[in-house]
Amino acid sequence: MKQLFTVAAAVALAGAGLTGAVQINGAGATFPAPIYTKWFSEYNKLHPEIQINYQPIGSGGGINQITHKTVFFGASDGPMTADQMNAAPGKILHFPTVLGGVVPIYNIPGYSGELQFTGPVLADIYLGKITKWNDPAIAKLNSGVNLPGTDITVVHRAEGSGTTYIWCDFLSKVSPEYKKRVGVATSVNWPVGVAGKGSDGVAALVSQTPGAVGYNELIYAIQNKIKYGSVQNQAGKFLQASLDTVTAAAAAAAKSMPPDFRVSITNAPGDDAYPISSFTWLLLYQNPSDKAQSKTMADFVKWALTDGQKYCKDLGYAPLPQNVVDMELKALATIKTQ
Amino acid sequence: MRSTARARPDEILFRVGTGVFAVLLISLVAAIAFELWRQSQLSIQQFGWNFWQTDTWDPVSGEFGARPFIWGTLYSSVLALLIATPVALGIAIFISELSPAWLQRPLVFFTELLAAIPSIVYGLWGIFVLVPIIRKLEVATPAALKSLPLFSGPPLGVGMLSAAVVLSIMVVPFTSSIAREVLRAVPQAQREGAYALGATRWEAIRMALFYARTGIVGAVMLGFGRALGETMAVTMVIGNTPQISLSLYAPQYTMAAVLANEFSEAADPLYLNALVEIGMVLFVITLVINVISRAFIWSLGRQTRPRQAKAAAAPAVEPA
Repeated sequence: MKQLFTVAAAVALAGAGLTGAVQINGAGATFPAPIYTKWFSEYNKLHPEIQINYQPIGSGGGINQITHKTVFFGASDGPMTADQMNAAPGKILHFPTVLGGVVPIYNIPGYSGELQFTGPVLADIYLGKITKWNDPAIAKLNSGVNLPGTDITVVHRAEGSGTTYIWCDFLSKVSPEYKKRVGVATSVNWPVGVAGKGSDGVAALVSQTPGAVGYNELIYAIQNKIKYGSVQNQAGKFLQASLDTVTAAAAAAAKSMPPDFRVSITNAPGDDAYPISSFTWLLLYQNPSDKAQSKTMADFVKWALTDGQKYCKDLGYAPLPQNVVDMELKALATIKTQ
Repeated sequence: MRSTARARPDEILFRVGTGVFAVLLISLVAAIAFELWRQSQLSIQQFGWNFWQTDTWDPVSGEFGARPFIWGTLYSSVLALLIATPVALGIAIFISELSPAWLQRPLVFFTELLAAIPSIVYGLWGIFVLVPIIRKLEVATPAALKSLPLFSGPPLGVGMLSAAVVLSIMVVPFTSSIAREVLRAVPQAQREGAYALGATRWEAIRMALFYARTGIVGAVMLGFGRALGETMAVTMVIGNTPQISLSLYAPQYTMAAVLANEFSEAADPLYLNALVEIGMVLFVITLVINVISRAFIWSLGRQTRPRQAKAAAAPAVEPA
């Protein structure tokens, strides 16, 4: 099957080569798909002979495909693990492209305002230890709110998802029990709760089930006007996710950014840092065999990290802090383009 | 009709060509089965039969137990059958025996239209329309029933009951159309004989049902096979929680649903092999059920034809 695909791809590329066009295929996370699609189309307007295709099949799928070299680049909301990087037939570099946040959503009968959560409380809810909305732990954080005695219905994602990865990453950092019992991955063994399919499945379940709690990407919640709560960050402040608070989380982590950019920025230090934030990465081989595609992709990433960032705000993504972009441009230069 | 003259080259080509397609299809099924077997070896070697006896499905720690999935698949399909069979048989009987001629065509059309609706559309309808209704139903359950294991658990709306209802709606057109055909295949002589003996309308229908019983069993099993493999509609309303529970209100998980949800993200080889093993078992179960159902349906055809020949050949019986 793989050989068939290679032959077909070769024919397509040969055909493309005849017309001078370059076609690059990528696959991966669904979370950044809207901004990537915008970027690819804007870049195509600037360079009509370059066409980049992207399939949003999920972070795990993206990692899988780039390891098997069925696509030229991958995209993931969670950085590749050491095992995954060792399994790849070449060195893969990570390039953060945009930032996002994950927000807690809820449906409380009789209350339509904002709720405050802390990491440990969210972890206990998702471990099944806090089962009612009027539990003292929640009431303590929300004095003045009349919380009903309704049972909490926990909602999570059914399929593997980068959003789940970011959520579990944060909860594992603030709750050792969560880390032990559940762990961090795109697909985990949830102790309690029902699963919704896709962000829309989770949002639909939460909006229709009185007493439900769930999690969504920030952009999804904003675009669909879903009410979400605030979460306490490491500095002790309760913050709602927004483009500014997510960018602040990245800026704080940027000071100690490792050179391979594989860093988790959940629970970041800093007064204005939203605790459930994350980068999303493009995955590229450092020394791919197709040098023409490599040069094209490297040029595209450079454009995306500089000019492309201006498209982020309209779509609700937080742009990268400048010092991170500077580090990335240096790393980009190490990709072999000839 | 076999011609004694030498076959023309284009006839040979026709025969060989269509033969190739037929063989290709069979070999495709065999190839699928082989691939499923091959790609699940890691999981089979690691877990063996324990795979189907344990309940923990943990991709993070690499522990895979698929018993909740087979439970969910069988339970939801059986429940769907319990709901769908009387409805489908009722439709079949009404269309073939009781309805006026002008109503038959539209009824058939609308019943078959149900089969044409895409599964994901059923899923969306399920989650936005059916689940709130089921939740209201669950909330309104009297306390006496709530203590039974069949109705225990929080009233979420999503769960086994919603899945069974959606599945039953999807199964009805298949079962009813085969049942209709099977009832139509009951020889007219049988019906006339029943009326001649003084049977009422309902008794004549009962006789027809009894005569066509193997075909109807086949129709029901075909519906069962359909319900087993149904994916998108089920995954949107069943709650996707791998647990074994008798309760209709509990969210559970089916084999097809877990494959749909987790396959594209499974990068770890053991995880992938575990999922393929589930796929292989689903494939085998569905194949077996479909083969048995076809055998039942065909056996009715074979049973009818010899009897018709005998009836035509036998002399008329003189009343005593």
